[in-house]
Amino acid sequence: MTAKILIVAEHDGQKLNVSTAKCVSAARTLAGADITVAVCAVDAAAVAAQAAQLAGVNRVVSIENPANAHALAAVLAPQLAAIAAPYTHLFGPSTTFGKDLMARLAGLLDAPQVSDIMAIESATRFRRPIFAGNAILTVELEGGGKLVGTVRAASFEAAPGGNSAPIEKAAVSVPLPTHTRFVSVSAAKSDRPDLQTARRVISGGRALGSADGFKILYSLADKLGAAVGASRAAVDAGYAPNEMQVGQTGKIIAPELYVAVGISGAIQHLTGIKDARTIVAINKDGEAPIFEVADFGLVGDLFQVIPEIERLLS
Amino acid sequence: MKRILVGIKRVVDYNVRIRVKPDNTGVITEGVKMSVNPFDEIALEEALRIKERGLAEEVLVATVGPADVQQQLRTALAMGADRAVHVQADGVIEPLVAAQALLKIVEKEQPFLVILGKQAIDDDNGQTGQMLAALWNRPQATYASKVELSGETARVTREVDAGLETLEVDLPAVLTTDLRLNEPRYVKLPDIMKAKKKPLDVTNLAALGVEPRVRLKPARFEPPPQRQKGIRVKDAAELVDALKKKGLL
Repeated sequence: MTAKILIVAEHDGQKLNVSTAKCVSAARTLAGADITVAVCAVDAAAVAAQAAQLAGVNRVVSIENPANAHALAAVLAPQLAAIAAPYTHLFGPSTTFGKDLMARLAGLLDAPQVSDIMAIESATRFRRPIFAGNAILTVELEGGGKLVGTVRAASFEAAPGGNSAPIEKAAVSVPLPTHTRFVSVSAAKSDRPDLQTARRVISGGRALGSADGFKILYSLADKLGAAVGASRAAVDAGYAPNEMQVGQTGKIIAPELYVAVGISGAIQHLTGIKDARTIVAINKDGEAPIFEVADFGLVGDLFQVIPEIERLLS
Repeated sequence: MKRILVGIKRVVDYNVRIRVKPDNTGVITEGVKMSVNPFDEIALEEALRIKERGLAEEVLVATVGPADVQQQLRTALAMGADRAVHVQADGVIEPLVAAQALLKIVEKEQPFLVILGKQAIDDDNGQTGQMLAALWNRPQATYASKVELSGETARVTREVDAGLETLEVDLPAVLTTDLRLNEPRYVKLPDIMKAKKKPLDVTNLAALGVEPRVRLKPARFEPPPQRQKGIRVKDAAELVDALKKKGLL
């Protein structure tokens, strides 16, 4: 049986989020899979064109509706359910967008969901982390039927471009709820790279001492073209905004270089970084658990070490 | 009666070091401390605060699971919940089955708000709240870090990847909690004594008309791959040197 996979695109109205290209990569690990990307938007043209370029995509389906101005799960899920019939698998990214939406879609479809897929062994067999990454579970779909999944972005490379898949418009006319309304989103605008896609990430912990203390990290990050993250302790203490949190309940990332500064390395933090290619730990406590996973460890005072590194790179 | 339903789950305590069984059939839970899922404690705390502000009259907690989950229901009653419902079920309980069971309770109890944790820290599925909202055909506001009720609506701030998103939802609605919504209260000894007298109703999936389907069979548990322990460098210069040699700087 050929797997017919629908991937729900994540985007901001103009730009396709890289998490979608990672879902495509995951789907491509199933030999012979037929891959469709669905773009729900007010005007899907720009995003659909980007999705059509991803290698391995067979077609892009645009679902256009004025109600799709904001990605509200309660509004998007019924539209996706309306086109779900031909598909064996429905995947979305394991981001807050995908986690919120896909489980609602699974509920509408009466389908089971595999969350945080890190490997696809067959059309019915998947690996995923449980217990904050302290165990890996292989699950097997039994009895056939549709499967919904969220794909852990850190486990897959983004699918390359170069494709030109056909783009179709889907005529979807289902009643959409008005009981859920978007009010606002507040995000600190930053010129730094996005935390989830950056090749280099520098994160700070509670040892930075204050929001002001983070300035030395921003300064070094700008020199390296790196994104800046934070531990949960630093976010809880108000030193950094919540969207900078790296770890089990924050962002799970896989940069080429991860520098943990003044982060002790609670298991929930390590879960978020263990796919990083190289981990550097800088901490004044030589016994900190972060050193157990670090490729390079430096025991020292971060307020001396960080400016020193910046000087050495000038 | 203005009622809030809170779903809770019994899980291996947050502080327990998880070990996979040598035969790969599960993780070791014998003799391990069990607790209320931390996100569910936050859900209960939020419900209690809403009641204490006079915006709700009753907080009902419910769970689905084997007999020993009643310990966690008693903990929830000690924290301040008024009543508990235990839906007896053994073996693997998939999120959709839990959502179907909760829907039955919702239909009977008619809460104006259902609050769940955003995920349980054992299977990390993060599905039940959204599935319940879908089956109930009501709004969902997941990953809540702030909840403001006003009349027939709730304004919920959500922790999303981009930052903080605010939604307005009509009630009744399903909320799921993120870490920073509140800090749950500690249970005091006299409250544990009082909780023993609070009503705890027991039902089961069959009585609710919910089929205990298992469609995703847990086939194999493994410990995660370990990272190789690295090397110590003595100062910033040596670190920069090492990273340059690896082509990382």
